[in-house]
Amino acid sequence: MPKGIGWRIGLIGIFVLLSFLYLTPTLVSKLPSWWSVLPKDKIHLGLDLQGGTHLVLEVDTQKAVEGTLDIVATDLEDTLTGKNLHFKRISRTGSDAVTVVLYEKGTADAVQKLLKDKYPTYEQSPLHDEGGFVALSLRVNEKDAQDRKDKAVQQALETIRNRIDQFGVSEPIIQREGINHIVVQLPGIKDPQRAIELIGRTARLEFKMVREDIPPSAVTIPDDAEIMKEKSVDAATGAVSEVPYVLQKKSLITGDLLTDAQVRIDSQFNQPYVAIDFNSLGAKLFDQVTAANVGKRFAIVLDNNIYSAPVIRERISGGSAQISGNFTEKTASDLAIVLRAGALPAPVKIIQNVTVGPSLGQDSINKGLMAGLIGVVLVVVFMAIYYKLSGMVANVGMVLNVIYLMGALAAMGATLTLPGIAAIVLLIGMSVDSNVLIFERIREELALGKSPKAALDAGYDKAFLTIMDSHITTLITAAVLFQFGTGPVKGFAVSLSLGVIINLFTSLIGTKVTFDLFLHKGTVKNMSI
Amino acid sequence: MQLINKTAIDFIGKRNITFIISGIIVIIGLIGIVQIARNAANMGIDFSGGTSVQLNFAQPVPLEKARALLARNNLGEANLQEIQEGNKLLIKVGKASLMAGNNADTIKEVFKKGFPGNDFVVESSTEIGPSIGDKLKKDTLIAVGVSMLGIIMYIAWRFDFKFGFGAVVSTLHDVMAMIALFYVLDKEINLLFITAVLTIAGYSLTDTVVVFDRIRENLNRNLSGSMESIFNKSINEVLSRTVITSLTTFLAALSLFLFGGEVIHDFALALVSGVVIATYSSIFIASPIVLELERRSERATQQEAQLQKL
Repeated sequence: MPKGIGWRIGLIGIFVLLSFLYLTPTLVSKLPSWWSVLPKDKIHLGLDLQGGTHLVLEVDTQKAVEGTLDIVATDLEDTLTGKNLHFKRISRTGSDAVTVVLYEKGTADAVQKLLKDKYPTYEQSPLHDEGGFVALSLRVNEKDAQDRKDKAVQQALETIRNRIDQFGVSEPIIQREGINHIVVQLPGIKDPQRAIELIGRTARLEFKMVREDIPPSAVTIPDDAEIMKEKSVDAATGAVSEVPYVLQKKSLITGDLLTDAQVRIDSQFNQPYVAIDFNSLGAKLFDQVTAANVGKRFAIVLDNNIYSAPVIRERISGGSAQISGNFTEKTASDLAIVLRAGALPAPVKIIQNVTVGPSLGQDSINKGLMAGLIGVVLVVVFMAIYYKLSGMVANVGMVLNVIYLMGALAAMGATLTLPGIAAIVLLIGMSVDSNVLIFERIREELALGKSPKAALDAGYDKAFLTIMDSHITTLITAAVLFQFGTGPVKGFAVSLSLGVIINLFTSLIGTKVTFDLFLHKGTVKNMSI
Repeated sequence: MQLINKTAIDFIGKRNITFIISGIIVIIGLIGIVQIARNAANMGIDFSGGTSVQLNFAQPVPLEKARALLARNNLGEANLQEIQEGNKLLIKVGKASLMAGNNADTIKEVFKKGFPGNDFVVESSTEIGPSIGDKLKKDTLIAVGVSMLGIIMYIAWRFDFKFGFGAVVSTLHDVMAMIALFYVLDKEINLLFITAVLTIAGYSLTDTVVVFDRIRENLNRNLSGSMESIFNKSINEVLSRTVITSLTTFLAALSLFLFGGEVIHDFALALVSGVVIATYSSIFIASPIVLELERRSERATQQEAQLQKL
């Protein structure tokens, strides 16, 4: 046997073994226990093949900054009141500042100093006049705002992950993309609409006092109050009615003081409600608030909708409360999930929603496999007829190509999409391309009267550059597609670029070694080509 | 077996005809690009933003009835498409008529009420906000630009100017021709189409390179005869291989087109036509362009030589 054939055959064999080793987790539904040290990654099916929902959420990060500033404003109100510094108004102005309006210049110095100590990173404006009062503003600096936005996306991602985990979806993918986008993939989900509502809900829970001194029909309401509505659906007719309330803007207790939320069933009316438990701070606050406001109404507000506005009958200590409303069991359990998982730091908007039903996915797999199979048969038959035995060698090379490619995809834990299957089918055609180039060249050399062995070597040598050219240009586009593509297109790019590299190996080493094996003695007189 | 035996077809001599044909195709392609830029072509919702819902009905749904139903529900702008097999209907609503709220749900409701007794399954639903579409458009433009640049740079490195120019022109020609085809057929311009175009752009070079390699080889061998005959001889020599390399890829793409199912039907169409176009252009566009350039430079050298004689 001539030099170099042994190791080449060995290499081909090793790659085949490796491919099957990596493919085993994909092909076998249950791995034996001794498999533990061996590769476990498998080829995942893209959402277009197994059905499911792909969402892109945009986090309204500006709102997170505004939320922080609102907290600063509330905090300042408390601090200044505590220190007996009188102010007319403290509120967020615009999207990046808090403005403090004072009655007199005298307090301004003290306030300025206090602000500097308490919020050193904020930029303080000089004192200015505002309608006869003294005003100054506290501006959040660009870097802090950016940090806050960044954190908001991170928090939102964690919260959404938490919600999805509690909702129960197998193998979800939750990833951050770009500056303020979050990609959520829910494979095989049965009720996408419900999941979307669960994910997209801000779930900001607030307890606010109802201002019963102001009628909801009032033309003007004070600065510190707002109007919100309680929606209720008549179970029998399905008619929606809205009851407006005037609420104190400042919330007494918020959802971040909760430790737990559970669905319970009201034994009297057989109606589900959500039982919530506060942490110690929340329990203390709740105790104080209810003690001070017996006989008054307070509202349970979720995302600016009033769920209920009960009258406080007695002081509630112990840190438990309940949210009742027009719940079904599903909506109650979803509410419990979002309350447990916590509120999103900023509202999210769904900017992309691709849902594929399981039937279409299965259909795509079947059709894709069918197309692949027919493609293989067409190419195999053509090659066998046109190039006879040599054609069969090329066919073996093609089969090797497919095995290697599947093995590589499995080793990478890549995701196979429908365009990815298309890329594999396309590669079946392209993989024999290289051999066609070589074979045609060999035929030419044979026609010049060269011996099979000489013709073979010349054929490979002369076709080499052309083969490189075609592979490199394809690789360039595949790399670009990989970089810029998303979802299905990325799947296409992965299959294509891997396939091109593998094809280079099989056409230059794989099929060549077969010919070398048969022709090395130089005794073969006629080449079957 | 030999499909194409020794041929002596005058490919180069037909260049005036093919240049005119390709010129027209490229002009249509350019119109297509302008229309795409204006969003006036049949844009996929991945670029334009909007909603598309695919419903699979239990019984056939007459297209006119469905259209009338949508019009009654203020969705008259919706684009309706029947899918060959089964009783499937693809409904697309552009962002222009995108109301606040959930469009996919609206469409489902409309059909549930409009065709009571004809149950349907939602096979897929896609909603894309306009901001994503714009971002995708920008990304795609960059992707097309970068890959074109990459290919051009590779060609520039592999060939001299004349061959490089011919290869770039024929690659751009193929891209234009695919756009022209999809524009004329009013097929959807979506992300998958762009993917197919880029794939073919890479593939098209293979064919061109095969022909170029032989032309260079023969030019270097200083064969007797006019330049035109050397070009013709080279193309004829490699004709069999050009056609057969394309044929195998064509067969694979064709089986995707015929059996791959509705989701990649148009994608496969783009691949099939792309392979054909790429083969055509390597013979009829790339080589004649190089010939023209070679002749010009030859004439220039001759003139220079004559000038020097004087």
